[in-house]
Amino acid sequence: MTTLEHDASRGRVRRSRPGSHLDALESHSIFVLREVAAECERPALLFSGGKDSAVLLRLAEKAFRPARFPFPILHVDTGHNFPEALEFRDRRVAELGERLIVASVQDSIDAGRVADVPPGSSRNRLQSVTLLDAVAEHGFDALIGGARRDEDKARAKERVLSFRDALGGWDPRNQRPELWHLYQGEVGPGEHLRAFPLSDWTELDVWQYVAREGLELPSIYFAHRRLVVQRDGMLLAVGPWVQPRPGEQVEEATVRFRTVGDATCTGAVRSDAASVEAVIAEVATSRVTERGATRADDRFSESAMEDRKREGYF
Amino acid sequence: MSGPDPARGTVLDPTSAGTELLRLAAVGAVDDGKSTLIGRLLHDSRQLLDDQLSALAEASQRRGLAEVDLAFVTDGLRAEREQGITIDVAYRYAATPRRKLIIADCPGHVQYTRNMATGSSTAELVVLVVDARHGLREQTRRHLCIAALLGVRRVVVAANKMDLAGWSEEAFSSVMAEVTSLARRLGMEEVVGVPVSALHGDWVVEPSGAASWYSGPTLVEALEQAPVDEAAGGPARLPVQWVVRLPGGGRSYAGLLSGSGLRPGDAVVALPGGLTTTISSIRTFDGPLEEASGPLSVTVHLADDLDVGRGDLLAPVAEPPTVTSEVEATVCWFGTKELAPGQRYRLKHTTRTTRAVVRAVSGRLDVNRLASEPAGSLAPNDIGLATLAVATPLAVDPYRVSRATGSFILIEEGTNATVGAGMVGPPPIGA
Repeated sequence: MTTLEHDASRGRVRRSRPGSHLDALESHSIFVLREVAAECERPALLFSGGKDSAVLLRLAEKAFRPARFPFPILHVDTGHNFPEALEFRDRRVAELGERLIVASVQDSIDAGRVADVPPGSSRNRLQSVTLLDAVAEHGFDALIGGARRDEDKARAKERVLSFRDALGGWDPRNQRPELWHLYQGEVGPGEHLRAFPLSDWTELDVWQYVAREGLELPSIYFAHRRLVVQRDGMLLAVGPWVQPRPGEQVEEATVRFRTVGDATCTGAVRSDAASVEAVIAEVATSRVTERGATRADDRFSESAMEDRKREGYF
Repeated sequence: MSGPDPARGTVLDPTSAGTELLRLAAVGAVDDGKSTLIGRLLHDSRQLLDDQLSALAEASQRRGLAEVDLAFVTDGLRAEREQGITIDVAYRYAATPRRKLIIADCPGHVQYTRNMATGSSTAELVVLVVDARHGLREQTRRHLCIAALLGVRRVVVAANKMDLAGWSEEAFSSVMAEVTSLARRLGMEEVVGVPVSALHGDWVVEPSGAASWYSGPTLVEALEQAPVDEAAGGPARLPVQWVVRLPGGGRSYAGLLSGSGLRPGDAVVALPGGLTTTISSIRTFDGPLEEASGPLSVTVHLADDLDVGRGDLLAPVAEPPTVTSEVEATVCWFGTKELAPGQRYRLKHTTRTTRAVVRAVSGRLDVNRLASEPAGSLAPNDIGLATLAVATPLAVDPYRVSRATGSFILIEEGTNATVGAGMVGPPPIGA
């Protein structure tokens, strides 16, 4: 019978050694970024201001420096942003000296491309229209995103290079076989690819990498005092787009965000984790998944993500 | 369901940082219980979180099931949950104190063999799920065969549904005898067997009173103990992936290094051109390296200014691959039409895509007899030996020497579908 010694250091931060799983994940992600840059004519890197896209930017530096990135950075802006995330976006882009394209959901609404949601509701789903418009306008044939397979059961099914038809749709029943590291980037006119270099990373891997690389993140990822309101089992930050409804109590709480997205549907979690190390300890022992804790839009049905992805969502 | 036994220690540990990566694939015939087994493994090791558990319970209840169906953990598509089958690979992640596991739950249906190959192509180990009442089906044999062809050397056999087989030692032994004999003929190195009930959880994460005759590891312990291949050996190979133009002039060459022991000062040849030069430095973003072993994304500087670009391969002068315009390879065929002489495809090998024409199909593998039989073409989901002529010479190694330089895919013109997976050399199957 085997004996399995208990790991005394579990839950604590460990700097990764050469040959660790973080090195393996990093090398593979760099390979994917370079492969997309080489195989596609006009890629773009999606950046939301969140931790996954912060990691993507570091990986792009590792893949392409000292040269410039061979693609612009694309932000799909719902207009419902956390100011800290926008400020972080602009600062990072300026530091890197790279080109930022902002595709605005408000513009899509103003142009009559899509109807706005009622006040206080999430514009998350509207992003698909704006995203696909940006693909058409700029002729992008590949969008590099920070989505991870551990986030959602539909994402767990997706290829690293995922094909989108001329309408931007995903056909999960008929994905291209993806063998070894032979990523296949061939698309026809109007079709495009989504590329997910962080496919095999987990939330914990991302945070360990943030620690190892000393990456800066928007301050809302760390514990702070904020006015919040309970809605649909989530804590929403009170702000321009979220106002208390009759019967809802506003309270000041110590919270942080596990994801950064549309401010109307991204929930906060109660947390005292004020440093990267404290966040790692918290993530490691959390009993709720990242999206389960913080994304109202995924609670509508068991196929919410699959349905959005079929329509062209990230 | 029994709770974890504290005396034994929970092997899977969601809080663990893990240090090694083990990629594994769960394979086997449809309905033998792969998805349920992966669901059970994650559930009993407490890697499923509260919101996932309540979503599972809801999905099961909505379908009128009396108990929670753990297969829904990995069957992430609506069509999969509706039909109770797995269509495409689902990737799940788990951690032990020493290991991070990347688990590919592969579909069992013949028509989704391409997806099973996708899930196994990067695996170091397969968990072969077998219904202990029925033994090996044709699809079980096909999966083990494909896994072996793809270079997987280790098998953990989960003899499943042992509860329905009355926990019969004979049933377990009979499954193990069949798999062991097959694995030996496929040239695999190690077979470990565990009798389990994915439905009830016996011997998946926790040992159980059932099977008093069994004293081996639980499934999770078998995964924790399986040797991880040390940085794959073999000669160093660097397919040029991307040319970095340096701001002050000059170029460096970026790519994913495979094999071991590339050092500054090494004499290398750029293939297929054949020009030789010396590596002057090997770098990553984090600094120069005195020696690099794969898999590692690096950039190299060369001592001479050569015409080298994407698709070229840098290799030690002392141990070069073979440059050829005609490749004989074992092909797993996924196309809807037959693979036959005269047909043209695009072929992607390392970072080079070129045109290819099928010169000959010289046989197909009968997965039941594990013997080659004459065939002039390959039908969908066939495995066979084919010779392809390519427009640009390729620098190849036999697949058993290098997965990176011994593998290629075939792409259909027009549809851009990936229709075949090729491995340089004949299938490594003993008579």
